[in-house]
Amino acid sequence: MAAAMSYVHADVENLKATELRLGLPGVEESDKMPSPPSTPRAGTKRALAGEHREVEPKAAPPAAKAQVVGWPPVRSYRKSCFQQASSKTKEAAPAPVVVKQEEAAVAAAPPAAAAAGGSLYVKVSMDGAPYLRKIDLKMYKGYRELREALEAMFLGFSGDAGSVNPSDFAVTYEDKDGDLMLVGDVPFG
Amino acid sequence: ASLSPPPPRHMSAPPSSSPSPAPIPQPAATLAPAGMRGAAAEDSSGSPPSRMSEDDDDGDGAGGGDRWAPDLRGCGNGGGGGGRWAPPDQVLENVLESVLEFLTAARDRNAASLVCRSWYRAEAQTRRELFIGNCYAVSPRRAVERFGGVRAVVLKGKPRFADFSLVPHGWGANVSPWVAALGPAYPRLERICLKRMTVSDDELALIPKSFPLFKELSLVCCDGFTTRGLAVIAEGCRHLRVLDLTEDYFHEEESEVVDWISKFPECSTSLESLVFDCVSVPFNFEALEALVARSPALRRLRVNDHVSIEQLRRLMARAPHLTHLGTGSFRSEPGPGGALSVSELATSFAASRSLVCLSGFLDANAAYLPAIYQVCANLTSLNFSFAGLTDEEFIPVIRHCVNLRTLWVLDTVGDEGLRAVAETCSNLRELRVFPLDATEDSEGSVSDIGLQAISEGCRKLESILYFCQRMTNAAVIAMSENCPDLLVFRLCIMGRHRPDRITGAPMDEGFGAIVMNCKRLTRLSVSGLLTDKAFAYIGGHGKLIKTLSVAFAGNSDMSLQHVFEGCTRLQKLEVRDSPFGDKGLLSGLNYFYNMRFFWMNSCRLTVKGCGDVAQQMPNLVVEVMKENEGEMDTVDKLYLYRSLAGPREDAPSFVNIL
Repeated sequence: MAAAMSYVHADVENLKATELRLGLPGVEESDKMPSPPSTPRAGTKRALAGEHREVEPKAAPPAAKAQVVGWPPVRSYRKSCFQQASSKTKEAAPAPVVVKQEEAAVAAAPPAAAAAGGSLYVKVSMDGAPYLRKIDLKMYKGYRELREALEAMFLGFSGDAGSVNPSDFAVTYEDKDGDLMLVGDVPFG
Repeated sequence: ASLSPPPPRHMSAPPSSSPSPAPIPQPAATLAPAGMRGAAAEDSSGSPPSRMSEDDDDGDGAGGGDRWAPDLRGCGNGGGGGGRWAPPDQVLENVLESVLEFLTAARDRNAASLVCRSWYRAEAQTRRELFIGNCYAVSPRRAVERFGGVRAVVLKGKPRFADFSLVPHGWGANVSPWVAALGPAYPRLERICLKRMTVSDDELALIPKSFPLFKELSLVCCDGFTTRGLAVIAEGCRHLRVLDLTEDYFHEEESEVVDWISKFPECSTSLESLVFDCVSVPFNFEALEALVARSPALRRLRVNDHVSIEQLRRLMARAPHLTHLGTGSFRSEPGPGGALSVSELATSFAASRSLVCLSGFLDANAAYLPAIYQVCANLTSLNFSFAGLTDEEFIPVIRHCVNLRTLWVLDTVGDEGLRAVAETCSNLRELRVFPLDATEDSEGSVSDIGLQAISEGCRKLESILYFCQRMTNAAVIAMSENCPDLLVFRLCIMGRHRPDRITGAPMDEGFGAIVMNCKRLTRLSVSGLLTDKAFAYIGGHGKLIKTLSVAFAGNSDMSLQHVFEGCTRLQKLEVRDSPFGDKGLLSGLNYFYNMRFFWMNSCRLTVKGCGDVAQQMPNLVVEVMKENEGEMDTVDKLYLYRSLAGPREDAPSFVNIL
């Protein structure tokens, strides 16, 4: 059951961690979409389909049109629901990359744009699992916790959990270059 | 004045000779929101009539004679006054009232009340549902004086543009004068529906005090109350059947939240509907579970986002006969037992054989969606508009929903998701596609392609609301041809003044085709680049249009003139940011009395122009508002409406009534 999802366009976090630069650790560059799906228009704000961000990319120039009050006509009740949701939870479509490879359990690479504060959900799939799961990377303090959580989630699928040996599985992710990388090389976070 | 009627005059008539009143039919009250959150739009139909209790006071109507001396107050039927009038025939009045009981639609009743005084009186006594479309159109005192036997009141307050922050805070529509009048007048009142009104906790507290038989409370897009008010309702209204809170504005500090769910009576309740998804504060789940367990009549339950999948399962186990379910967060909050599995959840849904309407999914984990597959074939209504599902997550679900009639989604499902809808849901009547990112410059995930697909697959479509960034005349024309039964067509191209994305032409032809081909159309919202030509079409063909919304459209005042002269059934007109001025406003003079209201925002009106209208139309209230003290003569907001009550006394300082 191939579950190849859309590709992440950038893997800034992990890439940055290996990149040599001068600057304090933990300082992020402004969020950008390196290869956006369509030609960016000058002066417009960008929002990924399915992602609702409250914080605009610092690098993007301010929108040419001022936002008009009450337009588009979406009820403030509905708008406020999404503002709450974006501070709590998920990114949708562009986030996950899932690649199946033999017995490898694969985790999706975190998307380039870190969620504004709250959480960092990524899709995770496993070979042979009937459906995917989503996890919040920010809930885990290290790779070992992450792995334990993934094992707890996925290894319940096979009816006889005893027959599944956790060490048969590797946690991998796909970075922005499309390479399958083993999780654990770069510092967590 | 006491409202208890004097005893009938002809007491000497033996009981057997007067006809016993015909059995009172159950009036159909169609104003409960249709089975969707937020579906309380004026055009929503198809909701099952909510039952009202049987009238048991046949005697009231018969005593009409003396009380209704010929000062037909507020009637305007040439107020006859003194002079000769035949003593009312008691038998005839009884018969008349029995017959008029069968009339439920307000329009029919209005017509009947104009026939003659006898009919006026009879109708006034037998009207059970009082519908007030604009709370400022009539004073509460006048309403209660005329209608003696009211059991249900529907009140609407702010105009719809209030939903989009266009009505300044504090503008009005406070329910207090109404509650003050209804309390003494209608002790047997059973149902109150309020839309876009401000209701305080104290006013809610008056309900159980004033109305011991109270059964149904529905608040849509209201504000001003908290869980404290809800607690009073829960505790005090012992016969409560319906408590529906839909898209109300809740701002409550968590520290002040009251455990209102625990306040319902300890015994078995008569609750049929409990909707509180907008009350987005934590609550006592065990109390809710216990409440559901002792509410055997419960059929509609919509919970807020503080309910996890695990908790939902417990609720469903307690209420296996639910027809309408709002699923809360639809996300797992695993307890010590671990997270719920999909198959366990699927078992719960499979056991709910009566489900026809699903909503909620307020923070959905799409992994759990397969659990609902078993009920999808029975669903007539599905609301995914708070779940940002991709097409891959959405399509497997919708493929099961072959009997769907109402669907609300987010545009994250994309044109592909809509194509799947078109292929599966051939019975679809209502579609709403909301934008996840409601800004002008958003990418927009659906387009003319999705609209075209829907038009080809969902031929019975009656109502559509579609937010997009890219649209073509061709797709709109296709919809007009494929879906001729459309009653509601609301297209919102979010970028202002956007033309046809392929031809670059204005969107005139598309909307023109809609009004030409969809001959039953009653509600229209336009967008995109539009010239006066579009409005010539609308006026020329939109003969049944009752509600029209215009934004960033038109070239000149001719547009307004076309609309006023052509749309003879127009009742509600809302216009914003369009190049219309005093001349356009004045072209409507002959039509304003036929309308409920007209709202103009950020156009080119002047105070003088509005003043001219006010001067020439005495029964029109003309409110003007200015955002800031700029040029003295310009008007930012105009709100005019017909009214028997004259200028309201509760207008805030920023409202100038001309």
